[in-house]
Amino acid sequence: MSAVWISVVVVGLATVAIKAAGPLLLARHTPPPRAQAALEHLAPALLAALVVTQALGGDNGGFTIDARLAGLAAGAIALLLRAPLLVVITAAAVTAALVRLVA
Amino acid sequence: MQHPLSRRTYLDGVRAAAPIGVAAFAFGLSFGVLARSAGMGRIAPVVMSVTTFAGSAQFAVASILGAGGGLVTAIVAAVLLNLRYGPIGLSAASAFAGPWWKRAVGAQLVVDESWAIAQRDDGRIDRHLLVGAGLLLLVCWTTGTAIGAFAGDLVADPESLGLDAAFPALFLALLWSQVRDRSRLLAALGGAAIALALMPFTGPGVPIVAASLACLIGARKPS
Repeated sequence: MSAVWISVVVVGLATVAIKAAGPLLLARHTPPPRAQAALEHLAPALLAALVVTQALGGDNGGFTIDARLAGLAAGAIALLLRAPLLVVITAAAVTAALVRLVA
Repeated sequence: MQHPLSRRTYLDGVRAAAPIGVAAFAFGLSFGVLARSAGMGRIAPVVMSVTTFAGSAQFAVASILGAGGGLVTAIVAAVLLNLRYGPIGLSAASAFAGPWWKRAVGAQLVVDESWAIAQRDDGRIDRHLLVGAGLLLLVCWTTGTAIGAFAGDLVADPESLGLDAAFPALFLALLWSQVRDRSRLLAALGGAAIALALMPFTGPGVPIVAASLACLIGARKPS
C-alpha cells in the first residue's frame, strides 16, 4: 500500500474511533451532577478556543495576524447589532475579502 | 437564538448549516486541488473526505505528504488535530441514543461546525440539528473535494473570497448565545486563554484539546 493510502486509512480509522469514543463511553451511565455540569461547560470553552485558533492560527502553529481578524471584528459588530447568523458570517467573509483586495 | 420549546427538525439543521456549507464546499474544492497536486491522486482525497471528514487534519496530511514530510509526521499531525473530537464527542454524547453502532455512526457527523450549530439553550446538543447540519456539511465537503480533485484547474482561492474568516465568525456567534451566565463566561475566557497561551509552543490541535480543561469551572457548582 502506498504512503497516501496508508495515511488515508490510518487517519480515517483514528478519527472514527476518536469521534465515537464520547458517545460510546457515556452510553450507559448518566454522569454525576458535577461531571454533567462540567460537560455543559465544554461548549463555551471549546467554542472560545475555536474562535482563537481559527482567527489567529498559522499554518504550522504559532500566530498569524491577517485579514481573518478584520473579518472577525466585523462579525462581532454584526453580533452587537443583533444581526442573524447568516449576516454575521457574510459580514466576516466580505470584510476579509475586501481587506485582502486592498492590501 | 433558538426558541427553547420549539421542536427542531433535520431540515432546520440543514438550513442552519447552509451558509457555512458554502464555505465547506469552497474549502473542499481547495483540499481536492491541494491533495492532487501533493500526489494523493483523485480517489484517495475523496475517500478521505467521506471517512475522516475533518478539514484541518486532511489539509495537514496533504501538505505534509506533498512537502515530503513523511508518513509518520503526517499521521501524527492529523491525529493531534482530531483529538479535540474526544472532548467534543463527550459534550455531544447526550444527543445519541440506541445501540452502540447507531451511536458510533451518528457520532461521525460531529464536526466543529455541526456540533456548534446544534447547541441548545440548556447546554445540550440537539440531535436533529446535529444530523441535518452534519449531513449537509458532509455532502458539501465531499462534493467540493471531488470537483477539486477531478477538475481542479477551474477553482478560485477560497481565501481571496474571505471564506476562511467565516469559520471564526460562526464560532463567535454560537459562543455568543452560549455565554449567558457567569460560569459559562469564565469557561469561555479560560478556554480562550489556554489556547492563546499554548499556540506559540505546541503544534496545531493541542491548544484546543487543552482548552477543554476550562470546563472544570462548571464542576464547582452542580446545576
